Amino acid sequence: MTTSETAKIVEEASEYKYGFTTDIEQEFAPKGLNVDIVKFISKKKNEPQWLLNWRLNAFDMWKKRKYEMPKWANLKYDNINFQDIHYFAAPKSDEEKPKSLDEIDPELLRAYNKLGIPLKEQEFLAGIKNSHKVAIDAVFDSVSVATTFKDELNKLGIIFCSFSEAVQNHPDLVKKYLGSVVPTNDNFFSNLNSAVFSDGSFVYIPPNVKCPMELSTYFRINAANTGQFERTLIIADRGSYVSYLEGCTAPMRDENQLHAAVVELVALEDAEIKYSTVQNWYPGDKNGNGGIYNFVTKRGTCLGDNSKISWTQVETGSAVTWKYPSVILKGNNSKGEFYSVALSNNMQQADTGTKMIHLGKNTSSRIVSKGISAGKGQQTYRGLVSVLPNASNAKNFTQCDSLLIGNDCGAHTVPYINVRNELSDVAHEATTSKISEEQLFYCRQRGINEEDATALIVNGFCREVLKNLPMEFAVEAKKLLELSLEGAVG
Amino acid sequence: MLEIKNLSVSVQNKIIINSLNLEIERGKKVAIMGPNGSGKSTLSNVIAGKHGYQINNGKIFFNGINILELDPEERAAKGIYLAFQYPVEIPGIANSSFLRTALNSIRKYNGEKDLNTREFLEECKDLSKRLNLDASFLSRDLNTGFSGGEKKKNEIFHMLMMKPKLCILDEIDSGLDIDALKVISDGVSKYSNENNSLLIITHYQRLLDYIKPDEVHIFNEGKIIKSGDYNLVKTLEEKGYQEFV
Ligand SMILES: Nc1ncnc2c1ncn2[C@@H]1O[C@H](COP(=O)(O)OP(=O)(O)OP(=O)(O)O)[C@@H](O)[C@H]1O
Ligand SMILES: [Mg+2]
Repeated sequence: MTTSETAKIVEEASEYKYGFTTDIEQEFAPKGLNVDIVKFISKKKNEPQWLLNWRLNAFDMWKKRKYEMPKWANLKYDNINFQDIHYFAAPKSDEEKPKSLDEIDPELLRAYNKLGIPLKEQEFLAGIKNSHKVAIDAVFDSVSVATTFKDELNKLGIIFCSFSEAVQNHPDLVKKYLGSVVPTNDNFFSNLNSAVFSDGSFVYIPPNVKCPMELSTYFRINAANTGQFERTLIIADRGSYVSYLEGCTAPMRDENQLHAAVVELVALEDAEIKYSTVQNWYPGDKNGNGGIYNFVTKRGTCLGDNSKISWTQVETGSAVTWKYPSVILKGNNSKGEFYSVALSNNMQQADTGTKMIHLGKNTSSRIVSKGISAGKGQQTYRGLVSVLPNASNAKNFTQCDSLLIGNDCGAHTVPYINVRNELSDVAHEATTSKISEEQLFYCRQRGINEEDATALIVNGFCREVLKNLPMEFAVEAKKLLELSLEGAVG
Repeated sequence: MLEIKNLSVSVQNKIIINSLNLEIERGKKVAIMGPNGSGKSTLSNVIAGKHGYQINNGKIFFNGINILELDPEERAAKGIYLAFQYPVEIPGIANSSFLRTALNSIRKYNGEKDLNTREFLEECKDLSKRLNLDASFLSRDLNTGFSGGEKKKNEIFHMLMMKPKLCILDEIDSGLDIDALKVISDGVSKYSNENNSLLIITHYQRLLDYIKPDEVHIFNEGKIIKSGDYNLVKTLEEKGYQEFV
């Protein structure tokens, strides 16, 4: 191997690891957004008339917004040219959808293997003890390519499939809950998504069933100039439980790519949903070229009494992150949780947080946010805790910590608190700290180099959040934090 | 083992170490005593490689190599250990996992395989028993919320696990109760042998009664003003620094 080759490999290894593109034949919708494109997407997916109408209605509302993206977040980015994006891209081999895993395009399988996601029905991360099964749905650009462990889940009455399949096979459930948590015109991006959403995952857990394995979706943006607009809907019926994991990557490209997903969760009486995300979209290069614009609306409703929804997120990727996974606490005694680690290095910007809306009695919520800024990264925690008049005995606890690495980054905290019931208890704590020279020297004196010491201290800072992740994911998240911190010190 | 030659160090243009010469031979236990602010901790930090000091002059040799150019972690990997006067808290990292990371980093630097986790934990448990440390000590966050004395004990615990060649103990005795001081001194004495060296910084005779240094230096304004054997400690205890400065 020549020196330059070696140098290149080393360089690549230290940069975004998931930045390869996959060379497979793709089918695109023409660039641009109009009524015909909306119809095209709907037709491609062979959707019923009611859904097409739903999309068209959404498109109508979106048009009225006249491309006015929300401006209130602490984010700077170029205006997006919504007419310069493909709203649909599918691997060609998917035209006739594979009936079994054996029929999937080997290039696609290879792409997922490179990401460390084996699309085979096997134990996830076989090397780790106590590893349990994880059923995976993989979404490649606009379509879902494979869902594993289907039979085993079917026996329990659990539905875990792509959103498109759910539209065909479980239209009543989709019709009942689609848009019930995030209304079409909730915001600019949810509105756009409602018109052009491509695919995503659908989960239904029947009454009193505890889902025996983690359900997981991996999202991958591959095609250039393509937006990804996935739509995920999870319904946990009475007394059920599910833990759902979401991971995502994208190739390195010079231009920014748009990702605008909507995720809706519904927990009925006594049900619990645990939703974990490791978001690792391409962050752009050191100078802020390229990277994913990540504008995501995630929200859950604790519809029934004693229900619980818990969001855990590790956000290390994307050039711009705009994301507020929220919980509407409607049922009495319901619980909402938000655990977040967000890291912004180089030119990355994140404006993220949560909303906890207390409607029912004895509802409680807990927010733990850990923001890490390095390089020229900018990080804003934006949170709303709202206690409405009927929510007697509501409780909230918010802990919001920021860690700065270096002198050119920033951390901001914007908590909104709106309490309209006197019998409630809302507490907010916030800290900002820097990794101290003393801490670094202490670690280095013990033989740990500066980069590892920084990662160690950051991991310690995030522990309260990371410990909420399923074990395999926690390992991945730790590695990801280390990778994302590279170049942050020295 | 350690040879300091004509070392001058300043901080913000104020001279703290002033043309210091000091040699610590292999197998020797050397004590430094000196008034507050005389530069003892600064010397420890400079040997260990802390940034932020201006080295105006001089060299520090460790087993024949000039270490002033080395990073702190490289010096640690070569066997220099500093028990801090003020150990640092790192929240969220368990004491034992910090120690394992440290040991593995040094092993990696020296081209050795990672530790066997089970053996490591066994050794931790045995040693913590020997040092009278509660079992919870290993799983608690590094130094976080430890009492002053507990932090000091933990420094010795790390030292005995890491088995360094040169141990610099910066006021390891301050904050220790009488029983703890005995246990810790015992641990240090047992560790000391003909292949390693100790540099003990202290204000009190009691620690030295246990450890029995081979040489004692009195430090003032960044240099050694008097050297002797153990008897010098007694004179100092009786008459104070006035006698020497
Ligand atoms: N980073 C710094 N900035 C400014 N002054 C410093 C710094 N580090 C040390 N000094 C000064 O250098 C002098 C020596 O400090 P040092 O901590 O080495 O003393 P010491 O002998 O260890 O004292 P003690 O017995 O109290 O521990 C003191 O006057 C101290 O204020
Ligand atoms: Mg001191």
